[in-house]
Amino acid sequence: MLDRYGGEAKVLAGGQSLLPVMKLRLAEPKALVDLNRIADLAFIREDDKFLRIGAMTRTNDLLDSKMVRERYPILTDAAFEIADPLVRNMGTVGGNVSHGDPANDLPACMLALGAQYVVKGPKGSRTIPAKEFYQDTFVTALEPNEILVEIHVPKARPRQGTAYVKLEKRVGDFPIVGVAANLVIDSKGKIEQAGVGLTAVGATALKATDAERELVGKVADDALLGRAAALAEAMAKPTSDLRGPAEYKKAMVRVMTRRALRRAWERARGGA
Amino acid sequence: MALAEARAQEEDVGPFVRVHVTVNGKPYEAEVETRTLLVHFIRETIGLTGTHIGCDTTNCGACTILLDGKPVKSCTILAVQADGRGVQTVEGLVSDGKLHPVQEGFIEEHGLQCGFCTPGMMMTSVALLQKNPQPTEEQIRRAISGNLCRCTGYVNIVKAVQHAAKKIHGAPGGGKA
Repeated sequence: MLDRYGGEAKVLAGGQSLLPVMKLRLAEPKALVDLNRIADLAFIREDDKFLRIGAMTRTNDLLDSKMVRERYPILTDAAFEIADPLVRNMGTVGGNVSHGDPANDLPACMLALGAQYVVKGPKGSRTIPAKEFYQDTFVTALEPNEILVEIHVPKARPRQGTAYVKLEKRVGDFPIVGVAANLVIDSKGKIEQAGVGLTAVGATALKATDAERELVGKVADDALLGRAAALAEAMAKPTSDLRGPAEYKKAMVRVMTRRALRRAWERARGGA
Repeated sequence: MALAEARAQEEDVGPFVRVHVTVNGKPYEAEVETRTLLVHFIRETIGLTGTHIGCDTTNCGACTILLDGKPVKSCTILAVQADGRGVQTVEGLVSDGKLHPVQEGFIEEHGLQCGFCTPGMMMTSVALLQKNPQPTEEQIRRAISGNLCRCTGYVNIVKAVQHAAKKIHGAPGGGKA
């Protein structure tokens, strides 16, 4: 169906980003293809490999999931910060990750978690790692005739801690800076695996690979988290706007990265 | 393939589309432009003007209605998306000529000044109390965080919701912390 409009049709998920940009005439699709009545695309479940989230899962359903809160608190942190409760009743997880807006909160989480996106088109389905999905602002690896159907987050492991922190001017606003952190520690307390994702400080959500490399194989202490935060700051390329000058945002990347890592570290060790 | 294509053709819609929406328990049917927003359907097509349009940019919540029981911003939903579904607006809060406890709360606690945000505030509050009958002040403030009051009368709005919670459930306080 998307093919018939030769790339001029848009897929309508929750519509909480698409309809506002259409009102501003920033997007003028010839047709909308509404996914809202496809009940099979809304689910949250865990199998032996993945946490699987259907693309049409409403943000508030992600927020309300007890299993997600207990096992993937980073997603609860982020869902709580997304827009406001009314928007979250319509807005979807799939829309948030596939819109390609660098200011959306979930892409950074998916980068930190090493998630994969299952997309479907006329030729069948394929899986795209989150880190290959985001190409530029509002540009993703999704073809015009494909839709995102499912998100696969690697299953939570013992001694894993995850967190998302967001600095915003007021509730419901886009972030000044958001940081996603994912740490897995081994039985001796060394960091075995690290993921750091940054929101709103680049053309896309960013994976702070230098910070991740710095963390792996070491025991976390304030100095290490500080070094990783500095590497995240070095990677950030924010622009100056109403939410603050670029220098301020860069400094905040460092602060928020340290906070996200500390919270993830505490959670990995079994604290709150 | 031919069948799938034929079906796609059939489901394709032109500039106008017929929608059936149940509003406050009453069925409505109308032909609207496909681009019609639900709030315009409610206000202009069926003439229920209690639902307000404030910012038209998904910020203010003046247009909040309940769609199948959930509070949403009707300026950011197409009327066609509500086809076959149930909508509740502020006009539907009165039953048997009696005000809803949330409406009473807004009167008793002076929960409105200019009144523009009030219908949206009340619809959000009704949904909150259905989901969480004894909300804490924090939970009330979180719940209405998508509804803006430019008179900034939030203190009394929170009291109004607490008043309604007490009225509905006879709870002594504003809920447990």
